Order: sequence, then structure tokens, then C-alpha cells
Amino acid sequence: MIEFHLDGRSGVSPYLQLVQQVRHALRLGLLREGDRLPTVKDVVTQLAINPNTVLKAYRELEHAGLVAARPGVGTFVTRTLTDATLAAHGPLRQDLRRWLDRARRAGLDDESIEALFMTTFRTTAREDIA
Amino acid sequence: MIWLTWRQFRAQAAAVYGLLAVLAAILVIAGRPLSGVVRLTPADSRLYYAGIVVTYLLPAVIGVFWGAPLVTRELEAGTHRLVWNQSVTRARWMATKLALTGLAAVAAAGLLSLVVTWWAGPVDAASQPSTVPVGADIGTDVPDAESFAARISPLLFGVRGITPVGYAAFAFVLGVTAGILLRRTVSAMAVTLAVFAAVQIAVPFAVRPYVIPAAQQTVTITSANISKLGVNSSGEVEELAVAGPRGAWVLGNETVDATGRVVTAPSWVAACLLPPMPSEPQGRASPSGPVAEADQECLTKLADLGYRQRVTYQPADRFWALQGTETAIFLALSALLAWLCLRWIRNRVS
Amino acid sequence: MTAVLRARQLGKKYRRGWALTGCALDIPAGHVTGLVGPNGAGKSTLLNLAAGMLAPTTGTIEVCGGMPGSGPAQLAKVGFVAQDTPTYAGLTVADHLRLGARLNPNWDDALAHRRIERLGLDPGQRAGKLSGGQRAQLALTLGIAKRPELLILDEPVAALDPLARREFLQDLMEAVAEHGLSVVLSSHLVADLERVCDHLVVLVAAQVQLAGEVEDLLAAHHRLSGPRRDPATLPADQQVISASHTDRQTTLVVRTEAPILDPAWTVSTVGLEDLVLAYMSRPAEAGPGRRPTLEVLR
Repeated sequence: MIEFHLDGRSGVSPYLQLVQQVRHALRLGLLREGDRLPTVKDVVTQLAINPNTVLKAYRELEHAGLVAARPGVGTFVTRTLTDATLAAHGPLRQDLRRWLDRARRAGLDDESIEALFMTTFRTTAREDIA
Repeated sequence: MIWLTWRQFRAQAAAVYGLLAVLAAILVIAGRPLSGVVRLTPADSRLYYAGIVVTYLLPAVIGVFWGAPLVTRELEAGTHRLVWNQSVTRARWMATKLALTGLAAVAAAGLLSLVVTWWAGPVDAASQPSTVPVGADIGTDVPDAESFAARISPLLFGVRGITPVGYAAFAFVLGVTAGILLRRTVSAMAVTLAVFAAVQIAVPFAVRPYVIPAAQQTVTITSANISKLGVNSSGEVEELAVAGPRGAWVLGNETVDATGRVVTAPSWVAACLLPPMPSEPQGRASPSGPVAEADQECLTKLADLGYRQRVTYQPADRFWALQGTETAIFLALSALLAWLCLRWIRNRVS
Repeated sequence: MTAVLRARQLGKKYRRGWALTGCALDIPAGHVTGLVGPNGAGKSTLLNLAAGMLAPTTGTIEVCGGMPGSGPAQLAKVGFVAQDTPTYAGLTVADHLRLGARLNPNWDDALAHRRIERLGLDPGQRAGKLSGGQRAQLALTLGIAKRPELLILDEPVAALDPLARREFLQDLMEAVAEHGLSVVLSSHLVADLERVCDHLVVLVAAQVQLAGEVEDLLAAHHRLSGPRRDPATLPADQQVISASHTDRQTTLVVRTEAPILDPAWTVSTVGLEDLVLAYMSRPAEAGPGRRPTLEVLR
């Protein structure tokens, strides 16, 4: 079963953090089809968080078709995100490693690498939307 | 609500009722003085006066230690914000506390008065007129006789019968009222004590004598009933009193002349009743020694001239009527204050 | 949506002045509402009005459909844990539970005892000997076991250490999850409320400055930074909440329902704490005729 945690400083709203953590676990195969998510009460008690926040996160996951609530039993995972793209992960990671090596050789420190990656990522993301 | 009131009140109740039980036990074990008593033993005398003091103090103690903190204790600790947010209205909370603690106060005073009145019964029964006839009890004639106050007299009226019940109820509600208005325990206690003491002193002189119109009696001054004669240095009569009826509370004792006007007795009375005594020029409370024939002649002459003594008094048999009225007045005052407390608690305090 | 608390033109004046003026509020049922503002902003006054501990000077307030404190039925619907969580020092923990059981028709005795047991409170212990956190937990137990529709908490965690604070909020949220009660709690620390509240009311200088659902409020506010410029030149639908300038740069917190299209701005989200701080530090500009409440459009 997944255990949630909240980062108060991330600037991401608590319900989104819960959604992202579930998606992340699904993607990494930590959650599989048929697994039960913690009950709302468990999450609430563990995190000292508003139950509406948890409900909202679960509703969103349900809406995305990732989980289904069975009344009186719990919320269960109905689909995983370890889809075809998982196979592509390995080669992509290799490419990224090579790119990082090149950047370091070019004299960039970690901070510069991160800034370069993030600005490029944002620009392409925006171009995609536009 | 009754449970909570009792839970908060039981220690205070135990303290007062414990002391009452001890006092009652002492009185019962010591036993009542013999009837027809003329003089109390020193031990009985102490108990007699202790009974008076304790019965006067109890209502004050109840007002100060039960009444004043009843609400202020909650306000000072902030617990009113806890208890007023349970599903019980403030009015009911206040009413329950007033009723229960008030009942305990009334019962305590009633029991104390009952025991003290019972114990002092023989002494009260032996009480003589509050002023003593010349020659009867004075000086060397009956040296062992002690004069006891009548139960209707201001000293005893408030510690006999049912008046302590009225006082206790009033003192308690007075304490609660002071607490609600002042919101501080210590100042509420002080104000309660001051106001209650003032009321205790004012009522016997300003209220009680007028509750039932006083009786009047105009009597001839004789050597048998004259009880007091005061003469000043220039030989004029300053004070002349006769004995009132047995067990009565004498309010006024005036000499009147033939036309009914209030006068002072002519100065020759002093001269003939009190032979000049150079060693005591200030006059004396009453003549001592056997009554001389000359004295009687002197008084006969006074009567012949139309002088009489007018005594204003509350007779002994009005004791219960006065007790009932005074208790009713205090209970009515208590009810009025309790009603104000309820209103204030509901509308003002927070 | 039914309102659990509805105030109109609500005001309260003390001898020293107005503690609350022109307050118009609708707090929907089923939410955990945070009431934030600096000390002395009128938070306690508003909560005490809602609990019926105070009577309003002007306007009306309606809680769970009734006038606060108007009768036993109304009192049963609203729980109030006052500031500093008062308890009877001379009474034991068990006595307090008995008090709750005797004075409340909907009392959940099993719940109360379960909580006391889980908290590790000794029933025979006098409340005066409890720590601040334990006392707060005891007061919260009384409030929850009363089973009200609305639980009002006035600065419940202010006196608690971080661990006790977390435990207190955990228990509160558990009760919300279990019994579906509405909660209004005040704090002068936004961090306390960030996790637990989904509705927010910001009270500054006796007036409501901001009220709405947290998600909506966050979505409607943006931080803009860019080259220096006068905030007055912004489009009319962008309301400036706070502005700061250096000689070259301007940073604004603006409120708008429309997307921000000006490419000169770098747009970023505003956290709840920054949002609240922006409103708290806003100069008092509420002149006569200006409605201080800004409802979120939905």
C-alpha cells in the first residue's frame, strides 16, 4: 500500500501532491491493478489533512480512470501507468546520461545544468501548448 | 446539570455542614440549661453566646464563600466558556446553581437556627422584661439572677426561629449578584460582606419596628415599675424609664404630662428620689437600697400632677408574626435578586 | 449549498471601539474553514458571536440555521472550544466526560472514552494537572463527542508544541472524516491551517478582507514579476493586492479571473501563506461605501 507524504514548501497544492504521488507510484510499478488505496480516514489521520482534499484527489484519480471506489470496501487501482512507454525509459535514460556527461565536460555545474534543463523544458512545453 | 452543580459544590458544602454538625453535636452533648434558670454556668454562657455569634455569621459566610464565587470562579477560570457551550442554556445553568446552592444555604441556616433555638429555649423562657423594676432585681436583693434578652429583642430576633433562613437565602443571592456585577471573586466577597452587614444592622432599627405598628401603653410611674432614672449635674432629670411588659421589645419610653405632651419629669423628682450624693454628681442609673416610703410619696405626687409614662413596644406574642414577615421580606428580596441574576447571565455576561 | 454560518452587516462594538464591522460572510457546510488574521483583528469576536457567547451590536448572524445560543437545540448543534481551552482544574478527566454526557443529548460516550484512552489520558487525573496539549485534547474531546453540526475552535493550537499541534489537527481531521462535521478554526499562523482548511476567511482590522475556497483563491491570484512599471497601468480586471519595486523590477500579487496575457510578466503561483500575508499587509484602504468582502466568483 502506498504511504502519502506532503511537502509544505513545494507550492503544489496538497490534493495535487496526492494525485502526483499515486501517478508516480503507478508509473514505477509500486501500485498495481487491484491494489487498495488507503482509506480517506487513514490518510487524514496520518497527514493531519482535510478529508475533502483526499476526496478531491481520489475523485480526480477516478475521473482519470486510474482508480475506482467500491462503496464500503475502499478505493482500488484499476489501471497501471506502466504502459508501453516503460520500455522506452531505458534508452532515454541512456541518452540523458550521455547529455549530462557532455554538459559537465563543457564546464557546467549542477545548478547551471538544472537551469538549462528547466528553461528548455518550459519553453518547449509552452510551444507545444501554443 | 444537577450533577455538575453538586460536583463543584460538594467540598464547600462539606466544610459548612461539617462545622454545623460539630456545633450541633457539642450543643446536644452539653445538654440544654435547666429550665427556670437564673444564672448560666460559665460553660453554658459560652455556648449561649457562641450560638448567637455563629448563627449571625453563617449567612455572611454563605454569602461570601458560596454566593460570591459561584459565578466569578467560572469567569476567572474561563470555564464559563466551556459549560455555556454544552447543550444547556445559561439561564438553566444559573437557575440550577441558584436553586441547589440556595437550598443548601437555606437548609444549613434552618438547621443551625433549629438547634440553637432548641438549646437556648430554657434561657429565652427565663428572660425578664428588658428593663428591670426597681427593687426587684437590683443590687443586693437577688444577687444570683442574670438578665437575659427576650427572643424578640434585636440581639436574639435574628438568631432564633426562621429569620436565619431568610438571611441565608438573601446573603447567598446577594453574593451571586455581586459576583455577576463585579466579575471578581475578591471584590465580590468584600462587597457582599459589607452590604450584608449593613442590612443586618439597618433592619432591626429601620425596618423591623415598623413592620407591625407598635403597641403603646401609658402607665403610672410607681416604685414597682420604675427602672431607670438619670440625672445630670445640674439636678435635672435626663432619663426616666419604666419596665415594659414581660418579654416585649421596648422601642420608646417617654414621660408625658397631663395634656399628653412628651416632657421630662420635673427636677424635684430627682431631688426626692435621689438624695444628693457629692461623690457621684453625674447621677446614677437607678437608686440602690431599699425603697423608702419617701420615694413612693414622691412618685404619688408625680402621678397626682398627671405625669405618666408612655411605653411603645412590640409585645412578646408578636414574635412569630414578625419572624414570618421579616423572613418573607428577605425571601422576596432574594427572589428578586435571583431573577436579576438570571437576566444578567442571559443577556450581559460573556 | 447550505450555509453553516451566515452573517450580514455583522458588527460588534466594545467600549474601546469596533472589534468587527460590516461583516458579511457565508461559510458553506461540510468545510473546514480557516479564519486567519493578525492578533486583535476580531477573530475571537467573530467566533464568540457565532457561538452565542457575545451578542452582536449590529447586523445578524445565523449559525446552522438558528440564532447562536438561542436554546438547548441550537447549543447542541454548535460546539465551541474557546481560546486557551478552558477546563475545570478541580475536576478529573472522567468528570469532564460525565459533564459532557449529562449536558448534551447527542453525546457519544463510546467515542469520548475511546479518544481519552488513545490519548493516554488517565481518567482519574485532575484537569488542572494536565499539560497544555492534553488539556486542549480534552477540550476537543468534549467538543467532538458532543456531536455538533459545527465545531468552532478559537486558536486551539496556539499554545501547543509542534508535536501536540500535529496530533491535535490529526484528531480534528479524523473527526471531520468520520462524522462529516463542519469546522471553523482560527489561527494567526497560516502554516497551521494550510493542510487542514479548504475554505479561508482573512480578517484584518475588524473587516473581512478575503473569503472563499482555498483552491479558488489560489487559482485567482498570481505573482507577476517583470520590468519596473506603475501598477495603475494594469488592465481593469487585474486587482493589485500587493506591489513591491526595486529600481528595475516590479513584483505584484494580483487577483484576476482572466488569464494574464502580457508577455512582459513572468507569472507564477502564490502560496497560501504569501497570499494571506499579501492581504494582511495591505494598507487599510477600505473607505466608506467600499464593500470589504471579495467573494470568489464561481
